[in-house]
Amino acid sequence: MQTLGAVLLAGSVSMLAVSAAQAVTLRLGNGGEPGSIDPHHAEGDWENRIIGDYIEGLMTEDANAEAIPGQAESYTVSDDGLVYTFTLRDGIQWSDGTPVTSADFVFAFQRLFDPATASSYAYLQYPIKNAEAIASGEITDFAELGVKAPDEKTVEITLENPTPYFIQALTHYTAFPVPKHKVEELGENWTKIENVVGNGPYMLKEWVPGSYLRSEKNPDYYDAANVAIDEVYYDNTEDTTAAFNAYIAGELDILTAFPPDQYQWLQDNRPGEAHVEPFLGIYYYVMNQSEGSPLADVRVREALSISVNREVIGPDILTTGEIAAYGWVPPGTANYDGDAYTPDWASEEYGARVERAIALMAEAGYSAENPLNLQLRYNTNEAHQRIAVALSAMWEPLGVKIELFNAEVAVHYDALQAGDFQIGRAGWLLDYSDAANTLDLLKSGTTQGDTINWGNNYGRYSNPEFDALLAEAAAELDLGARAAILHEAEAMAMDDFAAIPIYWYVSKNIVSPSIEGFVDNPSDIHRTRWLTKSE
Amino acid sequence: MLSYALRRVLSAIPIALIAITVCFFILRAAPGGPFDGERALPPQILANLRAHYNLDKSLFEQYFIYVGGVLQGDFGPSMSYQDFTVSELLAIGLPFSLMLGLMAFIVATSIGILAGMISAVNQNKWPDFSVIFVVMIGLIVPNFLMANLLQLLLGVYWGWLPVRGFVPGSIPHLILPIIILSLPQAARVARLMRGSMIEVLGTNYVRTARAKGLGARLVLARHAIKPALLPVVSYLGPALSALLTGSLVVEQVFALPGIGKYFISAALARDYGIVLGTTVLYMGVILLLNLIVDILYAYLDPKVRYR
Repeated sequence: MQTLGAVLLAGSVSMLAVSAAQAVTLRLGNGGEPGSIDPHHAEGDWENRIIGDYIEGLMTEDANAEAIPGQAESYTVSDDGLVYTFTLRDGIQWSDGTPVTSADFVFAFQRLFDPATASSYAYLQYPIKNAEAIASGEITDFAELGVKAPDEKTVEITLENPTPYFIQALTHYTAFPVPKHKVEELGENWTKIENVVGNGPYMLKEWVPGSYLRSEKNPDYYDAANVAIDEVYYDNTEDTTAAFNAYIAGELDILTAFPPDQYQWLQDNRPGEAHVEPFLGIYYYVMNQSEGSPLADVRVREALSISVNREVIGPDILTTGEIAAYGWVPPGTANYDGDAYTPDWASEEYGARVERAIALMAEAGYSAENPLNLQLRYNTNEAHQRIAVALSAMWEPLGVKIELFNAEVAVHYDALQAGDFQIGRAGWLLDYSDAANTLDLLKSGTTQGDTINWGNNYGRYSNPEFDALLAEAAAELDLGARAAILHEAEAMAMDDFAAIPIYWYVSKNIVSPSIEGFVDNPSDIHRTRWLTKSE
Repeated sequence: MLSYALRRVLSAIPIALIAITVCFFILRAAPGGPFDGERALPPQILANLRAHYNLDKSLFEQYFIYVGGVLQGDFGPSMSYQDFTVSELLAIGLPFSLMLGLMAFIVATSIGILAGMISAVNQNKWPDFSVIFVVMIGLIVPNFLMANLLQLLLGVYWGWLPVRGFVPGSIPHLILPIIILSLPQAARVARLMRGSMIEVLGTNYVRTARAKGLGARLVLARHAIKPALLPVVSYLGPALSALLTGSLVVEQVFALPGIGKYFISAALARDYGIVLGTTVLYMGVILLLNLIVDILYAYLDPKVRYR
């Protein structure tokens, strides 16, 4: 109880101090309690919003979430696309005054791949030479990692293969530096609020677990003169209805999610405040195509896919305008110029599609008299349930009887990964803006000993030609040519009905009219340093 | 009384050990693991994580490591809140949850007892009907719904109270959570008190006291309240347990820094450390409260004392 008293008193004093200074305060409804503020342990976008404000990598994002130099002033790429050389800015420092040097970056990447760190997202930086071998323990000498510091201001990163999206991947928090001097001194305790230091536009000052984090502007940040918000509260309210009420009452300035049933109310009563925009992510159903499964028959997969009326899902079932998906790579993905994949059947009249689906099912031996019984698994969520019920109804005329089965997230994905399902709900939010990040979901599994590791390819789709195209694209340095190869791969998988794309995700922010500089973008990343607030 | 209390405390130790053991193995038997999420992790990353949390060891080794830690006050690491150990999270959240629960308890019992008495004394008159109406609402409406309703009315539309959130030192931020938390318990206490008081008011000794010319207030104070409180006191233990351990929804909805909100999210994420840690803690609280209620009951009821 004494601790609580001290917290209450300290908080009161700090609040008085803040109000006395009349700081411009942003109150962000962040939506969740951060599991970690360590970039090597974080896993979610709500953590990214906090980490990206207090730590900056070699590259960072502009207001449109495009990659721009961050701690690096500039960079060059070798002709073979393998070596990236970054020059650090002058005078950059950690918030305790210690200079940020190239050694911090080398140390951070070595720590990221160190098996003892057990970073669950380390694989996002596997394009770096020897990264995967170090993470798997094959190489124990970290000096062999493809990240070097020729001098204090230069970071040289060597890749395994040319990777056109690598600059974008460096904006991910797994590529952020950590303060070598602090981690060596304090170990995992360096993220305790009293110890933590950063090199970004903000400094973390307070963390009340379960409630909020607070950060203050970092006066020593190289671009501090252009940072307008003085203080940020990252509110951890997980209940979207409560957060929405708080926003309406003026207690929060930005919400990163809102209850879908309030969308129309917002449109009617607070026009312009709801930002529902295309977002780099796909919601889809996987079909288990293992040998012996009825879904191994492409006619059945085609019938199920073409009979889904995607146009009603976003506007009518979810009511928040999610966009009908017929292809696999979300619109707006970087390095992917060219027309979005749209199959011919997408423009057919829906009734005609259903007729064709019935015929396909009949060819495969199924009808109303001899129905195909399938189980559809989804993780417990009202929206997932609504979609599952709707699709079951759409499939009924085909002679498909669906048994719905819902389970909590861990159980659901355990079943999907084990291949213990027939049809399953899944979703993918892109880690970085590149087509390969979604197309990799359909790559064949790799043999490991007696088993095959299918990774995120839950449906076990396998097409050697598709795999060959992805390999070819990975070696292609010309971005235009690479995009053409990836488009071909996407069309191949979709023509095989590798899975059932249902809709493209949309981001659902609410932004107070007092906030400026919030630019809608497909990555849904909005760093605080670009925002301003009028009181 | 002291030896009785000591015996009760000692008998709680094997109960706690059995509960930890059962929880540990049931949790591990549940399908899905802490690293099963929307993304399948590469095998070597998964292996690193399992080694980091000792999950690559045999189940019995893990069990003995865990129990050994608990005996030294270490509840192990949290897998979903990696910047804190479970002990640290409990140490931060417990004082707040206890404070919130105790305040709600005081509000619930005082209002419940008073409302029950008013209702019983005015049986079948409008004050009685009013109390019954509020009691019904308190019992029927789920607390998340009530929370949203009061947030809208008192916070959004009338602007009297903050909608949610924790501001150190701010009493207004606690008012709505305490109302939501205490309302169902106040309703139960009021219902118990009403029934018990009606029964006591109908007994021969109360009628005799009235026949001797004692005023209504004196009859209540001297002869009716104490015996009428007995069933209420029996319920205080469960009520306090419910308030101290049942703030999950309230902490979630109002973004309060207690421990209740960790429990469900940790159970869903298979964060074994937090689930076991909160279970052990709640178990300790419940055992302690039951002990206190037994002693209080013995004080109020001479029959129990001499048994």
